[in-house]
Amino acid sequence: MTVNAAVPGLLFAGVSHRYDREPVLRGLDLEIAPGEITCLLGPSGCGKSTSLRVAAGLEPIQEGRVEIADVEVARPGFSVPPERRRVGLMFQDYALFPHLRVVDNVAFGVREGDKAAKRRAATELLARLGVERYAKDFPHVLSGGEQQRVALARALAPRPVVMLLDEPFSGLDRRLRDRVRTDTLEVLRELSVATLLVTHDSEEAMLMADRIALMRDGVIVQSGTAAELYSRPESAFAASFFGEVNVIEGTAQSGVVATPMGTMAAPYEDGCQVRVFIRPEGLNLDAGPGGQAISAEAEIIESHMLGPICLVRLKVAGNFEPLTARVNEGGLWKTGKRVRIRLDPERSFVFPASQEM
Amino acid sequence: MGAERETIVPALNHGDGGTLAIRGIAWVTQHRGRQGGGWRNTGGWGALAICVALLVSVPIFVVFAYVFVPAGDVWRHLVDTVLVAYVVNTLWLVFGVGIGVFVIGVGTAWLVTMCRFPGRALLEWGLLLPLAVPAYAIAYTYGGLLEYSGPVQSALRGWFGWSRGDYWFPEIRSVGGAAVVLAFVLYPYVYMLARAAFLEQSVCVIEIGRTLGRSPWRSFTSIALPLARPAIVTGISLALMETLSDFGAVQHLGVATFTTGIFRTWFGLGDQAAAAQLAAILLAFVFLLIVGERLTRGRAQFHHTSRRYRALPRYSLHGGWAALAFLACLSPIILGFLLPGGQLLAWVVETGSGSSGGRLWWNAANSLMLAGGASAIAVAVALLLAYGVRLNPNPVTKSATRVAGLGYAVPGSVIAVGILIPLAWFDNTLDGWLRASFGVSSGLLLSGSVAALMFAYVVRFLAVSLNTVDASLAKVTPNMDGVARTLGMGPAATVARVHAPIIAPSLMTAALLVFVDVMKELPATMILRPFDFNTLAVYAFELASDEQLREAAAPALTIVVAGLIPVALLSFAISRARPGRTQAAVRP
Repeated sequence: MTVNAAVPGLLFAGVSHRYDREPVLRGLDLEIAPGEITCLLGPSGCGKSTSLRVAAGLEPIQEGRVEIADVEVARPGFSVPPERRRVGLMFQDYALFPHLRVVDNVAFGVREGDKAAKRRAATELLARLGVERYAKDFPHVLSGGEQQRVALARALAPRPVVMLLDEPFSGLDRRLRDRVRTDTLEVLRELSVATLLVTHDSEEAMLMADRIALMRDGVIVQSGTAAELYSRPESAFAASFFGEVNVIEGTAQSGVVATPMGTMAAPYEDGCQVRVFIRPEGLNLDAGPGGQAISAEAEIIESHMLGPICLVRLKVAGNFEPLTARVNEGGLWKTGKRVRIRLDPERSFVFPASQEM
Repeated sequence: MGAERETIVPALNHGDGGTLAIRGIAWVTQHRGRQGGGWRNTGGWGALAICVALLVSVPIFVVFAYVFVPAGDVWRHLVDTVLVAYVVNTLWLVFGVGIGVFVIGVGTAWLVTMCRFPGRALLEWGLLLPLAVPAYAIAYTYGGLLEYSGPVQSALRGWFGWSRGDYWFPEIRSVGGAAVVLAFVLYPYVYMLARAAFLEQSVCVIEIGRTLGRSPWRSFTSIALPLARPAIVTGISLALMETLSDFGAVQHLGVATFTTGIFRTWFGLGDQAAAAQLAAILLAFVFLLIVGERLTRGRAQFHHTSRRYRALPRYSLHGGWAALAFLACLSPIILGFLLPGGQLLAWVVETGSGSSGGRLWWNAANSLMLAGGASAIAVAVALLLAYGVRLNPNPVTKSATRVAGLGYAVPGSVIAVGILIPLAWFDNTLDGWLRASFGVSSGLLLSGSVAALMFAYVVRFLAVSLNTVDASLAKVTPNMDGVARTLGMGPAATVARVHAPIIAPSLMTAALLVFVDVMKELPATMILRPFDFNTLAVYAFELASDEQLREAAAPALTIVVAGLIPVALLSFAISRARPGRTQAAVRP
């Protein structure tokens, strides 16, 4: 099949799905181009795994439509069965078939050729992923990282148009995860499949994705590149889910909200309760006396050197929770030191307090 | 841990003995996701599963319904004469067996798991052996050995020159005697579960206890034993369930209990209603036991707080202590297996095979036919129910499966009564109608047929196959279904290429377990068998009742040998399924 770059590999248009009358997806819109990796990011229970099952054809939909490579595969009352969709599926638990050797697990989905040809194709993929030496083993003797690679090879073997990955790295320990992630990414890009990856880990989403779709309660609340989501969140939820934030309560007055560390634009009615979300790197520390800009006096109550940067906990004068700042020049910020802090409006956001975080 | 369960004995090593397959109350505890793996239009399966579950629970409901039937003359007669004895004997038996299996089971389990002494590994396995001996077989041997004219008392009299009345000797034909012999074949339930519970406790927990200032012994009594309590309680109640349903041993040792009473009332007094009412009381005892087990376990279903396991640091025993531990573990094996098995073998050798060869083979053929047929049906029905739940995981199908498995807690005699009453009613009604309408008689069509017998076996042993099939099907996770489907397999191909190879070995195991249980079954067979139709168990029982113990040895020994199969499977499963090991190996 030739892949036309103008046609999305996977398209969700207004998709709704219910489990026993309980809505899980409410009008989901999503488009993934061939070769693009989109991360569906959200807290557990937001419907991200269900979207994946819908794309695979394992769940029917009640509203909207799903297309794969410009062919409609699902609409209400109609669903192309999973075996005819050309999707590859990979789960967090890998779901390797315990009764088949590694090579036969991978050859399971290869359609063309005789048995020997299927095994050859499987062995090639295993080699591509660096696990061909386990071809004759049974899956249970493999480590988590090796099982992950085998599962990936198995899903890729039938040359799918769409790859669906459900928390594919969460079973691995941290150091292994980075390696496996890089390798997976490389193979996916090379084969130019449209990939939908589900995760609850925003850092993982930032590392993997061309585009991130932030999901909550069955709808996508914001989608864009990692930089867009991080620096221009459109809601309190997006600001707080996507990376750490300090939160300060305030009141909007004449279009601004005043904090001890500076003022922020707050385009809301006068008297509206708002929250100011400040990223840890949005707090600037100043060792000398305050200049003309508004700044607050604070005391460093904790300081941790984290290699090139320094994580500092600050107690601001007045009735505030301690704040966290991420600063350079680790040596300067010792516990007990008194500093002045100022907020960076580019790395701080204001949303009404009525918005759920 | 659900997915890690081993084929043969789900959860055997995981402490929640409620799912013990070999002998157990069928609580189907697998938690399934709501996702069916892309299966559609599966309502038919669910409906079928519910129908089967209802059919299988008919006998229990029939007996239960007799609680509300007004008492007749025979019942009043029973109340006046024997009922109190039944209750008292049953309670004594339950009490005695309960104490016996607790002491033997927990003691030996503690020794083999927590101590190191010569022969430990062999004993650990050997302690399961008495499980192969049906209660009636041990009763025949001890009855023969220890009665007045038996070899033991004769030898004593010969050595010391005593004659009758000169000496006291414990009476084997008594409640106490029955309790002792039952305890020696039933303790393995407690042993298995207690051992599994001791083993599966993370050593880390015990070591933490020691760092908090407990001595080894105190850590055991204050941490390990309380943690194992739910498993021990379950083991004891399984043993007591067997005690309540035993017929052959108590009948042979002349102890009047409910099972013998049901039999006597049915055949001797010919009163179905009174027999059913006795059965209903027995059923009440069983339910009391189940409720008691639940209450005693209470909320004490301990979960492991540590996922780290290490080999247990066993206390090394030396010299006299080691010998004592060795003897303590050896004696239950001798008394529960080697001695009765050896005696049966000796009798077989003594009589030679000439005397009853022909009848033995006929009865063996009947047993094989019944056991083969019933095990095939039980596995098929279990598959149907397991898929019913898998495809429609809703509370209705789940509870239907649970009800279908209840038969295992119900004594065989109760099931037989519950089957025979509706069948006899059906036969009589049909016969009456045919006579009235066409002047012909259908006679007894269903009662006393092989079909009725098979039905009873399926009702009684469905839980065994159900638990095994269920546990094996749980190994095929819904995610595997999803993967297989996206890899191009339709539903049929998924079943053929993924499900079948994974569950096939367990289906064999399930069939084998039911097969052996049917071979051993006595009371239901006695009540339901067609006229002049014998099985090995019935044949042995009839010979033993006629005081032809030597002749009874051959069929009894055959059953013991068959009973060794599940013991072998069990010890294999135990040696493989150790907690702390990673996912269960499923090799073809």
